[in-house]
Amino acid sequence: MKSKSTNQDRQTRGETLQRLLAFAALVILFIVFALASPYFFTFDNIVGILVATAVNGLLAIGVTFIIITGGIDLSVGTVMTLSSVMAAVFVKTWELPVPLGILAGVVTGTFAGMLNGLMVTRLKLPSFIATLGMLNVAKGLALVITDLSPIYFPLETGWSKIAMGSVLGTVIPGFEIPNAVLIMFGAALLAGLVLSKTVVGRYTFAIGSNEEAARLSGLNVTFWKTTIYALGGFFVGIAGVVIAARLNSAQPALGQGYELDAIAAAVIGGVSLSGGEGSMVGTIIGAFIISTLTNGLRILSVPQEWQIVVTGLIIILSVVLDILRRRSRE
Amino acid sequence: MDDTLVLMEGIDKKFPGVHALNNARFELKRGEVHALVGENGAGKSTLMKILAGVYSKDQGKIIYKDEEVDISNPHMAQRMGIGMVHQELNLMNHLTAAHNIFIGREPVKGIFLDEATQNKNAQELFDLMNLDLKPWTKVGDMTVAKQQMVEITKALSYNSDVLIFDEPSAALTDVEIHELFRIIRQLKNNGAGIIYITHRLEELKEISDRITILRDGNYVDTVKTQEAEISQIIKMMVGRVIYESSPEVPEERSQEVILEVKNLSREKALKDVSFQLKKGEILGFAGLVGAGRTETARAIFGADPIDSGEVYIKGEEVNIKSPSDAVTHSIAYLSEDRKRYGLCLGLAVKTNIVLTIVDKLVAILGWVKERSVTRIAARIVDQLSIRTPSLEQKAKNLSGGNQQKLVIGKWLAKDADILIFDEPTRGIDVGAKQEIYSLLNDLTSQGKSIIMISSELPEILRMSHRVVVMCEGRVTGELDYTEATQESIMHLATLRNGGNPAKHSHNEWGNL
Repeated sequence: MKSKSTNQDRQTRGETLQRLLAFAALVILFIVFALASPYFFTFDNIVGILVATAVNGLLAIGVTFIIITGGIDLSVGTVMTLSSVMAAVFVKTWELPVPLGILAGVVTGTFAGMLNGLMVTRLKLPSFIATLGMLNVAKGLALVITDLSPIYFPLETGWSKIAMGSVLGTVIPGFEIPNAVLIMFGAALLAGLVLSKTVVGRYTFAIGSNEEAARLSGLNVTFWKTTIYALGGFFVGIAGVVIAARLNSAQPALGQGYELDAIAAAVIGGVSLSGGEGSMVGTIIGAFIISTLTNGLRILSVPQEWQIVVTGLIIILSVVLDILRRRSRE
Repeated sequence: MDDTLVLMEGIDKKFPGVHALNNARFELKRGEVHALVGENGAGKSTLMKILAGVYSKDQGKIIYKDEEVDISNPHMAQRMGIGMVHQELNLMNHLTAAHNIFIGREPVKGIFLDEATQNKNAQELFDLMNLDLKPWTKVGDMTVAKQQMVEITKALSYNSDVLIFDEPSAALTDVEIHELFRIIRQLKNNGAGIIYITHRLEELKEISDRITILRDGNYVDTVKTQEAEISQIIKMMVGRVIYESSPEVPEERSQEVILEVKNLSREKALKDVSFQLKKGEILGFAGLVGAGRTETARAIFGADPIDSGEVYIKGEEVNIKSPSDAVTHSIAYLSEDRKRYGLCLGLAVKTNIVLTIVDKLVAILGWVKERSVTRIAARIVDQLSIRTPSLEQKAKNLSGGNQQKLVIGKWLAKDADILIFDEPTRGIDVGAKQEIYSLLNDLTSQGKSIIMISSELPEILRMSHRVVVMCEGRVTGELDYTEATQESIMHLATLRNGGNPAKHSHNEWGNL
């Protein structure tokens, strides 16, 4: 039994290495920034980084499922916006209870994901095209529904507490970590379990590895792929609720561009763009690398334009490292 | 006829531009191994894919266990007890062996996958088949032969009543084939019906009970193996007689050494490999799968880096670091996996042919001279009699034999002097094989030199002027065609480290 597990370890060593590499990069970033600025490693700033990661982390979780199947989801940013708009319509315009608003947001995301899945599986559209279309549809709908102006949640609904309240703070006084962070970690844990321990996760990898083989093995690829896209959309819907709570409003013009950060987080975390490879732990670390970098550079007063350049370079570097790692394994 | 398991009648199937099956029939009984033979493009795989639910039939009926059935997808076929081991490997490389075997019916504990049970079940199947495989090995990290074994294990794991093997032996060593036959007999004794598609006709006598022959999508005949002659079956397959013969070695053999390799070493794969290739000769490379033959070829071609060793062409030392260097030195390598490495399947026949020389066919600003392209492509297609409706046909629509000719044509266009063929007739039917053989002989008579790697001993014996035998990364011997026999080659191919040829233990070439 003992030798069995070591053998298994050997097989997964390559992937573990990638995760360690990403984690090491995160630690090094922390050390460098902490040395460069005394303000960086303070409780408030760390919480700031965690909160800043929450939305992108959730989107990255969603997009990770899609990328592992060998597809791509460009619509996560604007679908998130549409989800927050739907939540706002429920709570503000129709004056429905907050839980229904949350449900509206999550269902909107899931539904959009499912539509993406149906376009890919039924209409045989490439995921790039299908989700590019969905990006614009969601963006347009958000603008139409809101009539171009933000919808603010009435304070008495307590909507913003969803993200900015702190359940942890009431349990452990002084440990005021906002709920948004808890939601992200909770979602990551859930997504991680789904991906590594359930049939849905197994089929995600199977389809990404060799879709035709999966089909010939008797998998209902159409059904499972649609399900996986819907599942990705579910997490995007949660992101919509969280961002609406953080801003205490639905901002219809927001969202486009978020998808690229989410994809970047997944890629930095070792999710292979050709499908079949990746992990939620990696994706979350990738999301943290991006927000830590942004935060640190801002503290060091690097202009925002340059922050964007650095993020771009990090993405290129992480993919190069991934390719080198793969080559050395062969 | 109550022991009839499957009856397919009047099966018709058309693909765009091809009438793949025309009123085909097939019948399978319980407890028999029924071989299905025919040239490439005869419709064997298509017929079986219809039975396995991969394709739908246009016309005809399938009677399974006394009931007319409509098999609309692979999943349905599996549930009904019809399993298929596909010719092209259909595995998910990122997943483990166990994951691949149990995909779609994973054991679960609550909502979670039960990995321990899954691995245990896979291990039991491997043990049953005497396979040295581990359930948790990623399929992508396995050799092709082992991947094939995983595929077979997967089909077996369904406890199917009907098992279709589509050329399972193409990638297997003789030991593994022996093992496969043992398993097939075991299944047959348990009452299953086995359909066995093969190109290796010598296997028919050993494994099959009956043989059905297809030609050009038509049913030709079904015969009892015991009463049939191989030559008669070949005649039915191709409609012409084919002779087995010895190599065509010219009386005056050139002694000019065109390629010399000295002490080539690469990690564990190659150890001090040395040999000479003479002008106008076919040098056969024999050995077990994994003996280092392909590795040698790839090292010479610059596809893999070498640790040490020298390569001389016409007496001059050359430093080949990449395939592009090799091509400059007029060396061509025709991979065993021609679909993956040899052709751009989605491109036209003519584009594939000129791929290696297209840089010579451009006018100013990189404008490709279409007329030259067409002229050269037409000449090659004509010279090799590549059967294609037009030069514009996509490479993927050609049959295996014609694809192989296309790869050869590509290097002919380049006018390479040294051609390395890796399993040149793998997956090619008998008729096309003959054409490839005579093509190889033509090439040598034109002064080209050929290295031919082959796992089929009859092919080595039939074609090679000389034979280099390898074992575990070393050259264990060199034989002239006058000395080469199945026995002498086998002896050298099993000459392991200490120089002791292996006895007939279970992991050697036992059944030759």
